[in-house]
Amino acid sequence: MARYDRAITVFSPDGHLFQVEYALEAVRKGNAAVGVRGTDTVVLGVEKKSTAKLQDSRMVRKIVNLDDHIALACAGLKADARVLINRARIECQSHRLTVEDPVTVEYITRYIAGLQQKYTQSGGVRPFGLSTLIVGFDPYTGVPSLYQTDPSGTFSAWKANATGRNSNSMREFLEKNYKETFGQETVKLAIRALLEVVESGGKNIEIAVMTKEHGLRQLDEADIDVIVAEIEAEKAAAEAAKKAPSRET
Amino acid sequence: MKLDTSGLESISPLFGANSELLGGFSTAPSFELPSSTDFDGFQKEAIQMVKPAKGTTTLAFIFKEGVMVAADSRASMGGYISSQSVKKIIEINPYMLGTMAGGAADCQFWHRNLGIKCRLHELANKRRISVTGASKLLANILYSYRGMGLSVGTMIAGWDETGPGLYYVDSEGGRLKGMRFSVGSGSPYAYGVLDNGYKYDMSVEEAAELARRSIYHATFRDGASVYYVGPNGWKKLSGDDVGELHYKYYPVVPSTVEQEMVEVAGA
Repeated sequence: MARYDRAITVFSPDGHLFQVEYALEAVRKGNAAVGVRGTDTVVLGVEKKSTAKLQDSRMVRKIVNLDDHIALACAGLKADARVLINRARIECQSHRLTVEDPVTVEYITRYIAGLQQKYTQSGGVRPFGLSTLIVGFDPYTGVPSLYQTDPSGTFSAWKANATGRNSNSMREFLEKNYKETFGQETVKLAIRALLEVVESGGKNIEIAVMTKEHGLRQLDEADIDVIVAEIEAEKAAAEAAKKAPSRET
Repeated sequence: MKLDTSGLESISPLFGANSELLGGFSTAPSFELPSSTDFDGFQKEAIQMVKPAKGTTTLAFIFKEGVMVAADSRASMGGYISSQSVKKIIEINPYMLGTMAGGAADCQFWHRNLGIKCRLHELANKRRISVTGASKLLANILYSYRGMGLSVGTMIAGWDETGPGLYYVDSEGGRLKGMRFSVGSGSPYAYGVLDNGYKYDMSVEEAAELARRSIYHATFRDGASVYYVGPNGWKKLSGDDVGELHYKYYPVVPSTVEQEMVEVAGA
């Protein structure tokens, strides 16, 4: 047993935890994921890599719910995600059992981040190779939240964020174009951010919308295509409007 | 036997420390079983030996303005009255009270432990714990020590985001939500007076008086203290000597003598 007490994540001379940084690299190679918080809606969007012809794509669900009022999307090692999601789901129910209250988004995020941190400071294990985006509503106040965790175990709240492949471009887009939205506008903002880095079309994007009343709703391809078409139309109109004044002069 | 120090741990697992990497659940505290032919019988005997007679009356009820909590203040060791001034209403935190019936040490320790857990919950979650949550924490702890001789019959009363809350929790692991409870050997008497005089729409003074009367009738010649829990936390209303209450309720009226006996001079 002594051989497995050795920590894999140890400090480098200049204060880095290389294993954690390598885990972040794994996250950067994972598929793109975006989360946007509106005033009454929260949206998660994930890039859907094209599935093999014979694969049953219905089974591949990248946005999962942890409880009736909390959903999670992640980027990175999917197998690690499964383990983390299972533990989080158990914790959600355990919390309901011990204090007769649903978890708050902050609580479950803290739990997941705590778990990720534990694996950076234990013997014989490696860190989880994924960053998560957690959305949900506070069970009492109804306030929506979006949180992000990463392999080092840190977490923070966001108005909108992206992780995974090309997350920098998506975040730049969100920083430029974010404003307080509600309802369908929030969904559009999330899709627009995702379209910056992903091929257009319903079959490459997975979107899930959560509202206080209806919980988590996964949009099907047809719905997404409709919204994408709207976005393209708006973009075209904006382009035309830009060109029009210059023609007049 | 492993004591529950989980209140002192960061993400508190409910039943003591465990290897969190390997699961989500922890085991209940355990100790070595004695070797005997009839373990169940042995357990029952042990409980009977340890279980002191719950010589107490405590009561609590929810009414329009909040929760009223009252208790007597006698401590007995068998037939000997060891103290007339025990505090049987324990202040868990500024907006939650617990009552003590059963083993005094058990109640005091576990209520303090509950207070620690409540405070840690507040610090971690930036909001107060609900009465439901606090009572559930206590009930889970007591359940994990079931059969090991704890003797606790308590009521958790408080005011949280959802309004007034009252729960009865005991060392068998039972937990009940209710509007009126009385716990202790004097409880049947207290219930009689309480159930008779109870109305939801009472003022604070009326409710305090009802609580006082119920305790008085259950514990003649004893002390009683009454607390009121409202939206801003609890407030101690009175600590009466029930002996004095007796004369307040039944004042001595000098009776007219029919015939006066006069000393006959001489005869």
